[in-house]
Amino acid sequence: MSTVNPTDTHHDHHDHHHGPVTLADGVWPWMKRWIGTTNHKDLGTLYLIFSFVMLFIGGLMSLVIRAELFAPGIQFVDPGFYNEMITLHALVMIFGGVMPGFVGLANWMVPMMIGCSDLALPRVNNWGFWILPFAFTMLLGTLFLSGGGPASGWTMYPPLVMQTGNALPLMVFAIHLAGISSITGAINIVVTILNMRAPDMPLLKMPLFVWTWLITAYLLIAVMPVLAGAVTMILTDHFFGTTFFDAAGGGDPVLFQHIFWFFGHPEVYIMILPAFGIVSTIIPAFARKPLFGHDSMVYAVASIAFLSFIVWAHHMFTVGMPVSAELFFMFATMLIAVPTGVKVFNWVATMWRGSMTFETPMLFALGFVVLFTIGGFSGLMLALTPVDFQYHDSYFVVAHFHYVLVPGAIFSIIAAIYYWIPKWTGTMYNEKLGQFHFWWSAIWINVLFFPQHFLGLAGMPRRIPDYATQFTDFNVISSIGALMFFLGQFVFIYNMIMCMRRSGKKATGRVWEGARGLEWTVASPAPYHTFETPPKIDPRELA
Amino acid sequence: MATHTSEHHKYYVPEPSPWPFMLTVALFLMLGAAGFWLNGSTTVAPYIAAVGLAMVLVMVFIWFRDVVHENRTGAYGVQEDRTYRYAMMWFIFSEVMFFAAFFGALFYTRMIALPWLNGEGEKFFTNVYLWPQFEGAWPTNGPGNIGGDFETVNAWHLPLINTLLLLTSSVTITWAHWGLKEDNRWKLCLGLAATAALGAFFLYWQAVEYIEAYEHLGLTLGSGIYGSTFFLLTGFHGMHVTLGTLMLIIILLRCLKGHFSSHDHFGFEAVAWYWHFVDVVWLGLFIFVYIL
Repeated sequence: MSTVNPTDTHHDHHDHHHGPVTLADGVWPWMKRWIGTTNHKDLGTLYLIFSFVMLFIGGLMSLVIRAELFAPGIQFVDPGFYNEMITLHALVMIFGGVMPGFVGLANWMVPMMIGCSDLALPRVNNWGFWILPFAFTMLLGTLFLSGGGPASGWTMYPPLVMQTGNALPLMVFAIHLAGISSITGAINIVVTILNMRAPDMPLLKMPLFVWTWLITAYLLIAVMPVLAGAVTMILTDHFFGTTFFDAAGGGDPVLFQHIFWFFGHPEVYIMILPAFGIVSTIIPAFARKPLFGHDSMVYAVASIAFLSFIVWAHHMFTVGMPVSAELFFMFATMLIAVPTGVKVFNWVATMWRGSMTFETPMLFALGFVVLFTIGGFSGLMLALTPVDFQYHDSYFVVAHFHYVLVPGAIFSIIAAIYYWIPKWTGTMYNEKLGQFHFWWSAIWINVLFFPQHFLGLAGMPRRIPDYATQFTDFNVISSIGALMFFLGQFVFIYNMIMCMRRSGKKATGRVWEGARGLEWTVASPAPYHTFETPPKIDPRELA
Repeated sequence: MATHTSEHHKYYVPEPSPWPFMLTVALFLMLGAAGFWLNGSTTVAPYIAAVGLAMVLVMVFIWFRDVVHENRTGAYGVQEDRTYRYAMMWFIFSEVMFFAAFFGALFYTRMIALPWLNGEGEKFFTNVYLWPQFEGAWPTNGPGNIGGDFETVNAWHLPLINTLLLLTSSVTITWAHWGLKEDNRWKLCLGLAATAALGAFFLYWQAVEYIEAYEHLGLTLGSGIYGSTFFLLTGFHGMHVTLGTLMLIIILLRCLKGHFSSHDHFGFEAVAWYWHFVDVVWLGLFIFVYIL
């Protein structure tokens, strides 16, 4: 049934000895390997490690925020530093944590899922990764400059952003660099998917993770340059006397919001479409049934991507737009609930009468379906223009987007790592610890974010270090949830490190009984170069 | 356990390469130092930025040298060729979106921001109290008359010449492409040289236009929203023409060295695509920035 003999792929011209260089071969050769590597698996590992370092740093920042909000009044940090924390927390989590996490998964899995040897442009892949540590060194380094880090919120609205100190040009350049990384990475993934599929894999037979990444990469190529343009205008307004965002010169601060959210809304889907792909891969495996409505899933993702370009101004309902525009953006936004509903329906229908088991990846996928849907519903509430006039800039918005990003995007990354790490390392993770990690995370994430809905509805504004005393109780609960959730993640890190050190049960090639797809037809761990020639695909492995 | 090596070409995966990492270091030096320079430290930052820029150019050169070498030594087949084609198309698409941000800013300003400054939005007369003398007509530097009075560049002088230069260059590069396909080296090199020369002339006239604007028209980067959109749109386009011209010169040098054949010349085509893209952006500029 397996059509590729893993040992066949080893006699390869640029691997002079068996397997890649390890630390045992010396520090310098080892560093050279990781700096110069063109291997998608190496780069996928680097991306994921970088992502988790950034999630850790961003998590520490959120703990500073939650510590400050533990009680009314100013406790630990001055309001300026608080603003730096909320700004960098968002930038680090979005551009350093979630996006590189998904790119890391795409690096590892896309070539293995479509049956090719590597990404189409391996050196560009290396470049795209190595830009990131430098970009974030630049961004986080601003904390040590006079005037501190950027404090305008990650949305960088003028005129507030113009008050940024010496951090401003470095923030702009860091975003340019991260943008280069995203665009090159996205081009690489699109080209790989369109050009490198095994001949037996037509587009509509691709696994959904590959499909969602194809569409995500398209969104990235379309909107990251727009963000680059927006921050460039901030730079020239600040240093070179242009007046894009200054009404005195005929410009308009609202113009920035339009450009920014033209990027920003597709960006939201950039951070969730790959998650849809992951969940659509994991649920069928553990329900032991093919995905219900595979093609409709593809069309739903494509519709969401299209709609994401025409809903941006729902972030700006209170800015003072004509009523006709408010109506258009409200209805267009609510329309997104239709394809999203299709997806949730299909996930549930896949499980219907399935032969289900609940290993850790499945638990995280199910947690995703339930909790992401809560975030989706609060999003639907925010889409209603008149209602949004009350919710805007309140903690309700914070609760909403954290529900879709943490138990949404980040749970899916965690689920994907549990699902595929036996394939990557050849070692099973510790299932008991995994189960504990899920339940711990699922409970505390709700303790952390659910009370924030109430805070927002009661009128607590976001991005303020102090609050009226009646908000104290829910803030205390939320802060406790934050600390406990954070601590629980070390269980995950420990579990994964044990896997990487090959300490645990050996994994089989198939790993999961119900798993389908090309990646499961090769040995675990997958050979360093997997499909150097296109495999012949058993139709049962196709979507 | 049938293997398929015989039927399928093995996709070329390059050896590990230090150049992408070095290019990143160069970019980091260049942009980091530029940031400090903008913040007012002029002792070493400009020099580090210059060194960074030089390193960027060297690294790009070396990286491309590797790619050219691989191509010349036959590492690439049909599938690799398709990779480069797709990648270049998507790269140009990303460039289109970059310009879209600035065109979008221009359209938004003219269609929405200015009428609103003139009282359109709420049909109210705050504007009459705040800036009674402001008419909101294009071109404008806003109610604050930022940058002082200015005149615009006459579309039918230098910009028209530049339009004709770029349109002609599109013809010459196609002519060169025909030469390449007919294995006519002389026609190829002449066409490329003419294209590069037209690009250089374009840049020369654009420099003249900028000097004219600053010295005689009072039109500067600081001339309110008109100056902002005018110089950033035409400036970014000019930077792309500069890059395109450099690419044409490099391709010309490669042609003189005997690179490319009638059936294998994607390096040439990539530059031609890029050149056409720059040309189309210019037509947009000519219409929306200069004429209208």
